[in-house]
Amino acid sequence: MAIINLANPSRFLALATRTIPWLGGLTLLVFAFAINQAMSAPDDYQQGATVKIMFLHVPGAWLGMLGWLVMTVAALGTLVWRHPLADVVAKAAAPIGAAFTLMCLVTGSLWGRPMWGTYWVWDARLTSMLVLFLLYLGVIAVWRTVEDPSRAARAAAILALVGALDLPIIKFSVDWWNTLHQGSSIFRMGGPTIDPSILIPLLIMALAFTLLFATLLLAATRNEILRRRVRAMRLMQASAAA
Amino acid sequence: MLAANHLGYIVAAYVAAVVVVGALVGWVTLDYRILRRTLADLERRGFSRRSGSSAAAHAGPALKKAREDA
Repeated sequence: MAIINLANPSRFLALATRTIPWLGGLTLLVFAFAINQAMSAPDDYQQGATVKIMFLHVPGAWLGMLGWLVMTVAALGTLVWRHPLADVVAKAAAPIGAAFTLMCLVTGSLWGRPMWGTYWVWDARLTSMLVLFLLYLGVIAVWRTVEDPSRAARAAAILALVGALDLPIIKFSVDWWNTLHQGSSIFRMGGPTIDPSILIPLLIMALAFTLLFATLLLAATRNEILRRRVRAMRLMQASAAA
Repeated sequence: MLAANHLGYIVAAYVAAVVVVGALVGWVTLDYRILRRTLADLERRGFSRRSGSSAAAHAGPALKKAREDA
């Protein structure tokens, strides 16, 4: 099926309804394997057993950023290409991205207390990630406060494009500033610095969380299409009653 | 020894992740059920997204826009 066909909400709904159970099942299977791998991974020579928190923290950070990337592409879809599903996807992605960003912040704090001796420091990586979370709350607030969906979509799209500036800041904050947070250890020139016994379970866990993200995004997008149908029918109902 | 000392933090992190993921799955599932029930209820009362009722024929711009969005 061509991507352009998915611009039709009814076709998208049919595809989503067929895909979600399979994607959900695959997510569960990969999670079962990932958790088994994560629990069997050895302790880190410096972090000890707290390295197990990294199996949650790192995917949370990646998906928090991926969520905003999805919203940024969708914002272009809304403002430039006027794709009918772009703002639907953007609205669906916001709470999911916010939840993964929150997971990253909470698990990072719980790792920081035993390793750094503090739950929080105002270091560039932590602060830019907190800014991302606050931006997500801002987008959700826009969707909830502006009643007309097309006006809300434009406002949220502009906020998404402005907020996208935070993504490179998050990524390169550890290079640009002297941070307590460690530098890049996976996506870096010269390859990962993590031992394969920990890196492989981490990547499998990241795959499991990414599948979960995709399943949730598909389901939330389907819900948003249905919500708009309900809205249209209620307006029709009100119109008939008047 | 190190693992025993930090077990509480590890368990708390996994509990937090389960809560976040559980909340997301719960939200998406409940939302879907409520929306389907509401749609079925509206359709039972004779309202359809594509219905050509006289009210729809005299629809205002908000209704026309909402129908396009849906």
